[in-house]
Amino acid sequence: MLAIGERINGMFKEIGRAIGEQNKQVIQDCARNQLAAGADILDVNVGPAAADEQAAIAWLVETIREVTDAPLSLDSTKPAVIRAALEACTGDKIINSTTGVPEKMAEMLPLAAEYNCPIVGLCIDAEGVPRDAEGRMEIALNLVAGCMEHGIPTDHLYIDAVILPVNALQHVPIQVCRAIGMVPALADPPPKTVLGLSNVSQGTPKRKLLNRTFLVMALAHGLDAAIVDVTDRELMEAMIAAEVLMNRAVYCDDFVSAYLASRR
Amino acid sequence: MAIEMPIESWSASVSTVVLGATADDGGTRTSTVTLGGETTLPFLDFEGETPHPPALAMEVLDTEPRGWPEPLAAPFGDVLGDPAAWAAKCVEEFDADLICLKLVGADPLGRDASPDECAETVRKVLEAVGVPLIIWGCGDYDKDNEVIPVCSQAAAGERCLLGTAVEDNYRTIAASALADGHLVIGESPLDISIQKQVNILLTEQRVPEDRIVMYQVTGAVGYGVEYAYSILERTRLAALSGDKMLGMPMVSIVGSEAWKTKEAWMEEPAWGPLERRGILWEAATAEMFLLSGTDMLIFWHPEALKYTRRLVEDLVKS
Repeated sequence: MLAIGERINGMFKEIGRAIGEQNKQVIQDCARNQLAAGADILDVNVGPAAADEQAAIAWLVETIREVTDAPLSLDSTKPAVIRAALEACTGDKIINSTTGVPEKMAEMLPLAAEYNCPIVGLCIDAEGVPRDAEGRMEIALNLVAGCMEHGIPTDHLYIDAVILPVNALQHVPIQVCRAIGMVPALADPPPKTVLGLSNVSQGTPKRKLLNRTFLVMALAHGLDAAIVDVTDRELMEAMIAAEVLMNRAVYCDDFVSAYLASRR
Repeated sequence: MAIEMPIESWSASVSTVVLGATADDGGTRTSTVTLGGETTLPFLDFEGETPHPPALAMEVLDTEPRGWPEPLAAPFGDVLGDPAAWAAKCVEEFDADLICLKLVGADPLGRDASPDECAETVRKVLEAVGVPLIIWGCGDYDKDNEVIPVCSQAAAGERCLLGTAVEDNYRTIAASALADGHLVIGESPLDISIQKQVNILLTEQRVPEDRIVMYQVTGAVGYGVEYAYSILERTRLAALSGDKMLGMPMVSIVGSEAWKTKEAWMEEPAWGPLERRGILWEAATAEMFLLSGTDMLIFWHPEALKYTRRLVEDLVKS
């Protein structure tokens, strides 16, 4: 599984403060810690309170690039902010994200085409999040069609089936699992799947337990990538155990450290 | 009608390993051997590259072998009692890319040669040939833990390949390799998970990934070689799919394995002429393993090496 580290997000107090003060050390330590914990990609989000979002995201990207070439997930709903990030970002990146709303796709997909990078597509349209897996696939198909129209290879598309908090919407997790299983059939080459995992436990007391259990369930349905707290060791171990159990990584007795060492 | 080859694209390649240190690198070798770097399954040149053709080594025992069948002993004449002369003949006459010195004499149940004696043999072989050297212990863990460090030190700086590290005994050989600038053979009893585990144990001892070569214990043709093939192939597939802990080059022993089969030495007219049979058994075993992804083969008979060399040259288009 591609682990996308979620911590460089301005909504976390420490990060928000570092962005405001232009404190490179805090950001770079966070990047290093997440990579050491097993992150393959780092999500970069200025958060809700940034004064000048375009400048902030460019600063974040440049700051991180001083210490790593790891791919970055450029996280914003605003095309101008994404463009600023794309311009600042050398090396591999992924646009996070567009929805299935036609106006949003028209703004975001051309950026993915122009910069030849993958893009996350959320199964959300003008009416919001669909009730079931089938509803999500209708939106996913529109995202696939949009990619084809813009000359984006379909395996550059990461479909996010949008997991919602289980305490409020208990019927959703299983629909998300079913949706993940349906995505590969949508196109050839098949699109990939991603989730913003932590959302499943939003507002519940047993967050880590729910997060790691749902991650394993989603992996069993074929999930390719997830935005997670990579510093949650139990979560990473559950993910690695699931990869071995699905015969996606060769077993050895020290399979946890083998998995992490193997991806250095 | 032209057929369009379906092309697989792999996310990773086999890692690259260099054996032997020349004067520029602080050693005295006159040649080096580079293994690995493949970007696809063996020899599929329409799909990827074999940047370094498989290397062909010959085994030299530190003790004169007894009971070798005549067809095997014949090419060597009178050198079998002198490891240095034996090694020189392998390189000068038989075109070996490397020498694998097997310290069978160190076995406590045999000659029980001392670590110093073994080290002296290592020195003599290093003087006799310019090709890289593999130093292979006797297989008794306690004895090897005494012998390997002393031999490793005698060969310090020559970038030799030390054998072998196993799951239950790997720390001493890892330390020697790090101290003296050598590489390590990680051994597994024909089990992909144990191979991966041995590699993890070695890297945890700080042996870099590009100083490990993998060795699965295999038999010859007729003795479970299909299963061995499947394990080596699975290993290579894992390497190409990005598993760095299975991404190292592989070595296979064909000489001692082929010649211990009854087919190699038993008088049995129905099985064909004895003077060719062992050689062909060894060559056929070598070919099997080449196709599975092995990067280095260790031979006994020079004619089996010669057959295999022709095959390699044919398969690896320059």
